[in-house]
Amino acid sequence: MKATDDTKARPAADADTPRRRPAGLGVQAWLRWFWRTLTSMRTALILLLLFALGSVPGSIFPQRGVEPGKVAEIFKNDPSYAAWLDRFWLFDVFQAPWFAAIYLLLFLSLIGCVIPRTGVYLRELRRKPPAAPRNLARLPLNASFEDDTPVEAVSAKVAAKLRARRFRVATGPGWVAAEKGYLKETGNLLFHVSLLALLVAVGAGALLGYRGNVLVVEGNGFANTVAAYDRYIPGFQVSAESLEPFSFQLEDLQVSYVATGGKRGQVLDFLAKLKVHDSPEAPARDYPLRVNEPLEVNGTQTYLIGNGYAPTFTVVDGNGDVAFEGPVTCLPETVSTFASECTIKVPDAKPKQLGLSIRFLPTTMRRQDGVLVSTFPGALLPTAQVRAFAGDLGLRSGIPQSVYLFDPEKLKKMEPLVMAADPLEVGQSLELPGGNGKVTFTGVKEWITLQIAYDPARLPALLAAGGAVIGLVFALTIRRRRVWVRVAEAAGGGSTVVEVGGLTRTEGGDAGFAEEFADIVKALGATSAGVNDAR
Amino acid sequence: MPVEVDTGLATLSDQLVLATVLLYVFAMVGYALELGFGRAAASTAAPARELASVGGGTAVADAPPPGPAAAAPGWPDRAGTVALWLSWLGWAANLGCILTRGLAVGRWPWGNMYEFVVAMAFAAMTAFLLMQLRYPVRFLGAFVSVATTLGMGFAVRYLHVQAGPVVPALNSYWVGIHVSAAIIASGLFILGGVSGILYLFRGERPGRLPSRVELERIAHRATVIGFPIWTFAVIAGAMWADKAWGRYWGWDPKEVWAFITWIAYAAYLHARATAGWRGRAAVIVQIVAFGCLLFNLIGVNMFLGGLHSYADVPPG
Ligand code: HEM
Repeated sequence: MKATDDTKARPAADADTPRRRPAGLGVQAWLRWFWRTLTSMRTALILLLLFALGSVPGSIFPQRGVEPGKVAEIFKNDPSYAAWLDRFWLFDVFQAPWFAAIYLLLFLSLIGCVIPRTGVYLRELRRKPPAAPRNLARLPLNASFEDDTPVEAVSAKVAAKLRARRFRVATGPGWVAAEKGYLKETGNLLFHVSLLALLVAVGAGALLGYRGNVLVVEGNGFANTVAAYDRYIPGFQVSAESLEPFSFQLEDLQVSYVATGGKRGQVLDFLAKLKVHDSPEAPARDYPLRVNEPLEVNGTQTYLIGNGYAPTFTVVDGNGDVAFEGPVTCLPETVSTFASECTIKVPDAKPKQLGLSIRFLPTTMRRQDGVLVSTFPGALLPTAQVRAFAGDLGLRSGIPQSVYLFDPEKLKKMEPLVMAADPLEVGQSLELPGGNGKVTFTGVKEWITLQIAYDPARLPALLAAGGAVIGLVFALTIRRRRVWVRVAEAAGGGSTVVEVGGLTRTEGGDAGFAEEFADIVKALGATSAGVNDAR
Repeated sequence: MPVEVDTGLATLSDQLVLATVLLYVFAMVGYALELGFGRAAASTAAPARELASVGGGTAVADAPPPGPAAAAPGWPDRAGTVALWLSWLGWAANLGCILTRGLAVGRWPWGNMYEFVVAMAFAAMTAFLLMQLRYPVRFLGAFVSVATTLGMGFAVRYLHVQAGPVVPALNSYWVGIHVSAAIIASGLFILGGVSGILYLFRGERPGRLPSRVELERIAHRATVIGFPIWTFAVIAGAMWADKAWGRYWGWDPKEVWAFITWIAYAAYLHARATAGWRGRAAVIVQIVAFGCLLFNLIGVNMFLGGLHSYADVPPG
């Protein structure tokens, strides 16, 4: 791919040279034809556009990696439509073979373009500027003037002046050739090579890194081992032993909200106070984890990505034994009020197993129609409204169940004990009828969800991206330009005629170069000669 | 943590936004009068569309600037001058409304769609006014005014939200880097997009608008400056995403469309550099890219959602 418009610098395999399909030739000719087509500018352009087009469905359809819930919803609502979408990988666009095909071809095309261009570039670097064309007056920019010093002196002076302007200069009998702006091509190559490096870095990150999610309740801890994750997605080359052995404890989560006005309830700040051990032997250190301020331990980053409530309960069963004690993780229905659903399964309760379905409201208010709602996400007046069921929880069936929710089918088979009780405040208890025990609402804790990610290629990716920008700026702003000067004795003798011609080979650069050219002509000694803009 | 909102400043900001829209509308009328009744600038200077082709380099000729007025400037000329002054006034009001909003809430004043669109209109107007200082592009004023007026009118009518604090994810110095870059690049792309659209509407015949060559040059120049800034905005976004979301690239809808826009503009720059895609074809690619840009700035927030939580669009 090139931004210059230079025929001479073009490798043979260019789009603009007519390519004929090899008729009836051998495999080799076909391969060559394929390679030439692939590495041509036009193909690269088309692939580039296809790359962009190909990512469009990724923004329209929910993606498994980003919103698995929405994908599941489509499968539930319209299975055959979903199956069709899935057949074309439209829920995993960025992992799809057809998407991979596009970018692999694009990068092959890039490589095929960069290699020959690098060769041309290196040769050009060593080459002298080409000799002056015979007729400088035919160049887009030209000027001529007379000088009263001899030809040789003028030549030497011109060459020196151009060198002083950081032109690369070659001289010959009666002419000086100068060229400047090689950095443009340097930038162009840097840009394209950086893009390749970026792809490699992204690939390496996916191969050598991992990410995982975990939910931690206040007071609990996390140690970075595969088993501790709720969800763990390793790269192909990651072994379970290689995880950075840090651990931490969530001491406290503090969330502040806007208390009044139109934005009441909007979060202002999250602060998760962690006590971190960088390794099992390391001393503990405090870390205030915030959004935008991840915890870093030797390249492994821990991010705060979600929060919610975990009220604590004690369940005493019909025999008078404590069958459950501790926090239960509740799923918020809406984050604007944090009204939440909690599920407690007590398989150890005797005589019957117990299931509790609890609605937790952090700031409780009774509406006029009697319905209880939460009016604020902070825990100002927390209550828990308990519904209780007795019977077989069906946990032994071997079928995996959500720990956060009841299976409604199972629930239907259980015996309802309490369906509409007054909400409990902290410290209050609810007697379960039929001698099934007692539930006590003991307090309110909070949970956070964390994303833990390790990507060793983050920095290389950043460097590659930076290289691409620098290259781009050079490629777009620098002009490649040539100046030729012919000096000859004037027809009558006695003085020297100096002819100057200028040419820029960069798209859109003419206007700027005209100024610079006029400036050069003046510096070379013209006193009155007007610049002739032959364009 | 800025919780207090200075309501006095916030109200002033809301008033300044109205003043800005009004001034832009008046400026638009002035430019339109000049365009409609002024001398046909390009027809007097119509030649100069030759191509000089030397040594493989193809140089597109400069259209010489319209010659100095033979007679004293007529009233349409003066209307244009007045329009320019009104634009500068509107620009100052626009700047004022952004500053007062920022001061009122004590943060970067691009925390939601409303603020973002107002800032973009400001960037587009700035790009035009600066370009107009160096190049004879006053004719663009009418069209840039239309674009900014529509944008800001839409923002005031449909996107306005009370000044207030932002969610924690947006409370980062990255707002100043990433979003500012996106705004500046967008302003330049709007300027380029306006020229490109004019190019398509303008025939080859001489007329009041400058030649197509001139229009294409403006579009190209704006894009060349905007593109690296856009690239930087995307990369800064990735660095922020690495800090905020735990990955630097995750194909969130905004990321997808930033990428698509980037590719489309890259394709335009490449297309122009190779023979065969010059002129109309290249301009069409540029306008497609511009469409992607607009969709990313507005459509993605409204239709696609995703992690970019600033789509703080008022309900209803
Ligand atoms: C170039 C097109 C993009 C535009 C116009 C854009 C615009 C914005 C805007 C307006 C904000 C909100 C800041 C505020 O309202 O104060 C924002 C936030 C953000 N952007 Fe972008 N963005 C673009 C691309 C990206 C990309 C490609 C990434 C990442 C790879 C990214 C990552 C972020 C992050 C992490 C935030 C933080 C905000 C949050 O958590 O909601 N952006 N962007």
